[in-house]
Amino acid sequence: MSKEKKTLNLNFGPQHPAAHGVLRLILQLDGEVVEKADPHIGLLHRGTEKLIENKTYTQAVPYFDRLDYVAPMNQEHAFALAIEKILNIKVPIRAQYIRVLFCEIGRILSHILNVTTHAIDVGALTPALWGFEERETLMNFYERASGSRLHANYFRAGGIHKDLPTGLDNDIAEFCNKFPKIIDDLETLLTDNRIFKQRNVDIGVVSKQDALDYSFSGVMLRGSGVPWDLRKSQPYDCYEQLDFKIPIGKNGDCYDRYLCRIDEMRESINIIKQCLTNLPKGPIKTNDGKISPPSKIEIKQSMEALIHHFKLFTEGYRVNKDEIYTAVEAPKGEFGVYLISDGSSKPYKCKIRAPGFSHLQAMDYLIKGHMLADVPAVLGSMDIVFGEVDR
Amino acid sequence: MKTIEDLEKKINSELTTKINISKINHNQIYLNINESNILNVVLFLKTNSETKFKQLIDITAVDYPEKDRRFKLVYLLLSHENNQRVIIDFYVKENDIISSITSIFPSANWMEREVFDMYGIEFKDHPNLRKILTDYNFKGHPLRKDFPLTGHKEVRYSENEKKVIYEPVKLEQNYRNFDYESPWEGTKYIKDQTKE
Repeated sequence: MSKEKKTLNLNFGPQHPAAHGVLRLILQLDGEVVEKADPHIGLLHRGTEKLIENKTYTQAVPYFDRLDYVAPMNQEHAFALAIEKILNIKVPIRAQYIRVLFCEIGRILSHILNVTTHAIDVGALTPALWGFEERETLMNFYERASGSRLHANYFRAGGIHKDLPTGLDNDIAEFCNKFPKIIDDLETLLTDNRIFKQRNVDIGVVSKQDALDYSFSGVMLRGSGVPWDLRKSQPYDCYEQLDFKIPIGKNGDCYDRYLCRIDEMRESINIIKQCLTNLPKGPIKTNDGKISPPSKIEIKQSMEALIHHFKLFTEGYRVNKDEIYTAVEAPKGEFGVYLISDGSSKPYKCKIRAPGFSHLQAMDYLIKGHMLADVPAVLGSMDIVFGEVDR
Repeated sequence: MKTIEDLEKKINSELTTKINISKINHNQIYLNINESNILNVVLFLKTNSETKFKQLIDITAVDYPEKDRRFKLVYLLLSHENNQRVIIDFYVKENDIISSITSIFPSANWMEREVFDMYGIEFKDHPNLRKILTDYNFKGHPLRKDFPLTGHKEVRYSENEKKVIYEPVKLEQNYRNFDYESPWEGTKYIKDQTKE
């Protein structure tokens, strides 16, 4: 008598808390073993790239906040850098430090969210309760600088929108002193936790070669032992002047990726501290009136400033015909902007390279042969945010 | 590690006729090739012991509706060893079918699906060429320049039918696309209205 092999098709998501958003994952199961995973994405597709083609360069910035919405400023950074490179603008040193400062805050925001929700996925609830309190503090810093907790719209080509309000630097410094203790607390809950290790060690292992072939970047790549971080290898803004280390994993499993993220948070604190001590005084955006808008006082006094203001907020600045790819090391990996300008004040084409897109693509490869219960663990360690995957 | 100039020379001397134009700009190498050479060029760049462009960063397309060869396909590669980026591009006609590079880079799978979805460009030998980002029954290719920004269909939940329904887009107000570069001429739809 021959037994017929039966597989079960299971819809994981789109409304499943462990799917980290709107992922519809169609799993083919043989008992509890996953034979095939087919992610269906695009449920959060908003046509960002099409919208950007129809907006001026300044108006396009807020769309970047809405990609990876847990670390908004890191994305704005890539777009600002692309325009700056084409227009050949020199960013004032104070603006560079403030941008790096907020990028690192973004990195901590993203990593706290990822580490703690990953812990929820494998059964630990407390880290999220502790971690989210810190995220709230950090988002307050965002709010004090930019006016909003999430969708900051803070970076501009040529600098930043507004200088830091008084007292913010002291409060961030105070946070930097307190936060390492919080990371220690999180680690006592997770790092040596037997259940956490059982659920993560040797799960979702990625070899070095496969990490390269599947276009992995960021922690997904470093967790597999590839020493590659754009902040070091292709430094932008003032990263060259800062002293920090890049944590590298060994085994390429979920647990190593978790450890990398924890260490990266410590390094980010280190970078923020350096930014605060070295923060120079001076302008926060380029003084080129054709690109950055004049101050309110200037508008009242100078006709030229008034014209600049009017032209910048109606037509916007024009960007000469060029083609460029710039990338930054966002918390989730290499976030890139491929920009084609045609000499007008709107981008002709703006392709957004989201790290999560390539990571999620490898889902089938990562999960094949694992148990159903490992799906959330692998998904959690990939650090997927659908804002950027679906764009 | 090789400098970008050496790398460009190396690529040009090895691939000679396969490359139409090569230049260095913004510290990146730009190569323009013919559509038929894409597999050879990518394979060379990935496997050659000196170039080592082992990572595919992205594949995308650009639409130039006024051109005969309407789409420009763009491949972005990265070499960790040399710390350099290369941008490969070529132009294709609307109905051309392009060789898929999934056999060289498995990650090209979704990227090519995205290009197919957004621009309607088809790929030969792709393991699973279907739409990826747009809705299940979506028609059209949204990133083409002739696709309207507002789209064609909108969805809402219908209380009568107790399900989500699709309807043609109805806008309360026209999309106002001001032409700021000649602000005194007014927008097109206002001109159309005054003529009537």
